Amino acid sequence: MNTIDPQNFQTISEASVSVEIETEDMTLNIGPQHPSTHGVLRLVAKVDGEKVYNVEPVLGYMHRGYEKLAEVRTYPQITTLVNRIDWVAGFSNEIPFIAGAERLMEIEVPERAKQIRLILTEMARICSHFVFNGAYALEVGALTPIFYAMEDRERVLDLIESVTGGRFHPNFNRIGGVKPAAGSGPTTKKNIQDLPAGFYRDTKIAMDKVIEAADKFQNLIGGNEVFHKRTKNIGVLSKETAEAYGVSGPILRASGVKSDLRTQTDYLPYDKFDFEIPIGQNGDCYDRWDVRTREMIESAKIVLQAIEDMPSGPLQAKVPKVIKVPAGRTYVRAENPKGEMGYYIVSEGGLGPYRLKVRTASFSNVSILPVMLEGALLPDLIAIMGSLDFVLGDVDR
Amino acid sequence: MTDVLIKVGFVALAALNGAVIFTIMDVKGASWMQRRPGPLHVGLRGFIFPLAEILKFVQKEDIIPTDVDRPVFKWAPAYVVISAVALFAVVPLSPTLVVADLELGVFFALAISSLSTIGVLTAGWSSANKFSLMGGLRAAGQLIAYELPLILAVVGVVIQAETMSLVGIVEKQIEWGVPFAFSGQIVAFLIFMVAATAEMMRVPFDMPIGESELTMGFMTEYSGIRFLIFYISEYMSMFVLCAIASTLFLGGYHLPFLPVEWVNIYGPISLITKTVILGFILVAVRWSFPRFREDQLQSLAWKFLIPASLLNILVTAILKVVL
Amino acid sequence: MKTFRPKIPGFLIGMKIVIVNMFKTLSPFHSNPNVNYPFEKEKVAPRARGVIALDQDACTSCMLCARQCPDWCIYIEGHKELQPPSTPGGRQRSRAVLDRFDIDYALCMYCGICVEVCPFDALFWSPEYEYSEFNMGDMLHNKTRLDDWLKTVPEPEGLEN
Repeated sequence: MNTIDPQNFQTISEASVSVEIETEDMTLNIGPQHPSTHGVLRLVAKVDGEKVYNVEPVLGYMHRGYEKLAEVRTYPQITTLVNRIDWVAGFSNEIPFIAGAERLMEIEVPERAKQIRLILTEMARICSHFVFNGAYALEVGALTPIFYAMEDRERVLDLIESVTGGRFHPNFNRIGGVKPAAGSGPTTKKNIQDLPAGFYRDTKIAMDKVIEAADKFQNLIGGNEVFHKRTKNIGVLSKETAEAYGVSGPILRASGVKSDLRTQTDYLPYDKFDFEIPIGQNGDCYDRWDVRTREMIESAKIVLQAIEDMPSGPLQAKVPKVIKVPAGRTYVRAENPKGEMGYYIVSEGGLGPYRLKVRTASFSNVSILPVMLEGALLPDLIAIMGSLDFVLGDVDR
Repeated sequence: MTDVLIKVGFVALAALNGAVIFTIMDVKGASWMQRRPGPLHVGLRGFIFPLAEILKFVQKEDIIPTDVDRPVFKWAPAYVVISAVALFAVVPLSPTLVVADLELGVFFALAISSLSTIGVLTAGWSSANKFSLMGGLRAAGQLIAYELPLILAVVGVVIQAETMSLVGIVEKQIEWGVPFAFSGQIVAFLIFMVAATAEMMRVPFDMPIGESELTMGFMTEYSGIRFLIFYISEYMSMFVLCAIASTLFLGGYHLPFLPVEWVNIYGPISLITKTVILGFILVAVRWSFPRFREDQLQSLAWKFLIPASLLNILVTAILKVVL
Repeated sequence: MKTFRPKIPGFLIGMKIVIVNMFKTLSPFHSNPNVNYPFEKEKVAPRARGVIALDQDACTSCMLCARQCPDWCIYIEGHKELQPPSTPGGRQRSRAVLDRFDIDYALCMYCGICVEVCPFDALFWSPEYEYSEFNMGDMLHNKTRLDDWLKTVPEPEGLEN
């Protein structure tokens, strides 16, 4: 009722108190094109002033159809496609897929290959966490840490390129180990793709710089009082909610759950090395940032230990020329930098899988957005989305 | 008539030059802090890039979206730039080199600088864009909230100097021998710098622009010369607020141990040097801080800066009466 | 009585890092991490996957590379020619001659499967990367152009042992 009946009111103050102004919430489309959504994520948000009441994520703007593509391709071809799912940490996407095929074929991977895979996976983890640090600071407003992050990340990418040939899409894993030689002809077979000369020295320099950079971020970003005000007690995720929604990775560890798949895998030799698993206390945005920064330091320590004692041996186990994986089903999970990634391979003999299902970390992590964003202010929405660290290629596959 | 024209020309020249100096300092300083060389190929190792930027914006198409409120949209940049340029008229380069040595110099400066609020609010409102609207509304709250600490900090200086004319304030600092920043107004100096950063909407107070959420906030729909006017007026107001701060708190055109007859020579140099030093501190702050959230910004102003500046006025007044 | 030790506020340490980095950029004693691209080029690793080079004489048009390519971007056409017999009165041998070998770099994923499966040493990786074109059709390199890339293929470098 918006009309005022003048005869019924004695004083003006009574009149002004009883008039109701109808307002409706504004529907704000934090659209597919936005500086802070890490890709083409669309959030249809109902806001009242700055307070967000309801958020509905609309996914699918980046769907590329990996599972359909995998139905008509062979295992080496799928390995090339699969490092494009989480494009920031390319190497770690291939590992669970190859491990699944190896498990079905029951091949024993040589020790040297496993250690090289471990070194490259940890380097990919460092690269992904550098991108997170730089981009998260950019979304919160600090405009310089992204440049420091990219500079130190270049060294690690150059190392990955010197071993595998590609920075983001290494395509270095083969069923049975890593890529043994540059080709199959008589001279190219002798061009062994082992670690190049100077790798150990360059890796030591790069990892020392990574640890320095993580300290620099902890001082520049983590010590800043404005950053504390923007991220402490914002977006608190309790242990139970996190486990109920199936989030994984650093988000789960920041909420206090001590769960890291690296201790449960057998296809990479993590038990040989000594590292800690950082855990957070509150589950707010600051803890998620802190867990990832400390993980960067732990990964650098693992790589430094791994290059000390590298076992010698062949780079790839003996596999037949035409690889056919026997019939069976298997699911292999791995600790990607963004969370848990898994591949469910259904094989019926044949050159390629019959069906490949990809379980990506970011898809499950994005599902807690409507829960966490209720009642948040608009700048907090940006801070919370940034702290979840998802990539749209991972969400939409 | 001619001297009015000369004064107008001088103000325009000073405004543009100040904006150019601070653009170079901000962009080149930012690049060096980010470990990269910055604009390099434009000319002279990249130091004439503001000229290239001005030419670039001037030759762009003037796009006005269909649904905007046309007269309001077109006039919004004008309010902002008028309030920035008019301040150049009261800043003294030496006791005689000042465009208008008004008796109420500081009062005039603060009154004119608050005109920019209308420009920002109307720019946000008239662009037919929800994100610009949010930027404009945030700006309205922020600018009004931070006017008060700005004014109250200056009131402390006025009490200590017993005059509102800017030349008079510098003369009083010469009489005391020590600039006001070190002789009792240090709190007011810090409050003035924080409030000035907020008035210019620079990081850490750039929520209205909010680059990672609103991609330019209230300025999103502007293009070409209109955007250039907003962009330059930010640097102009930065220059003139730093100049006013160095006049009020750091002694302005005065340098100790130098003879007074040559003040027309070393006065401008001293003032510009002090302004550039203050500007450098603002640039370093911009590139190392994240931004405040809007409600944290407001609580900083209302709950912390205003009581502190009121306390400063109280203490200054008591000391003035007692001593 | 507890001793009062004031802690430096965190943002001042942050500002110190930023200003120190500014002086590092300006000082001539610190290495410049930037490469001024068109005027200076970066040193690329020899194994970097830039472009694929073809040795025409070694290719026998067995079609293995074209079949294994995930994008099907290699187009091969060949025919068989009869050669004169090596000993008089012997059987005429046939030799495969390559008519057309095109790689469409607009589709190529730079995965390297073709180089790996070739059994006759005909394909090699080269770290050259500056071959952008204005016209999409020019990204189809024919066999003469692929042969030219052979000059840029580096020698296999030493290994860490």
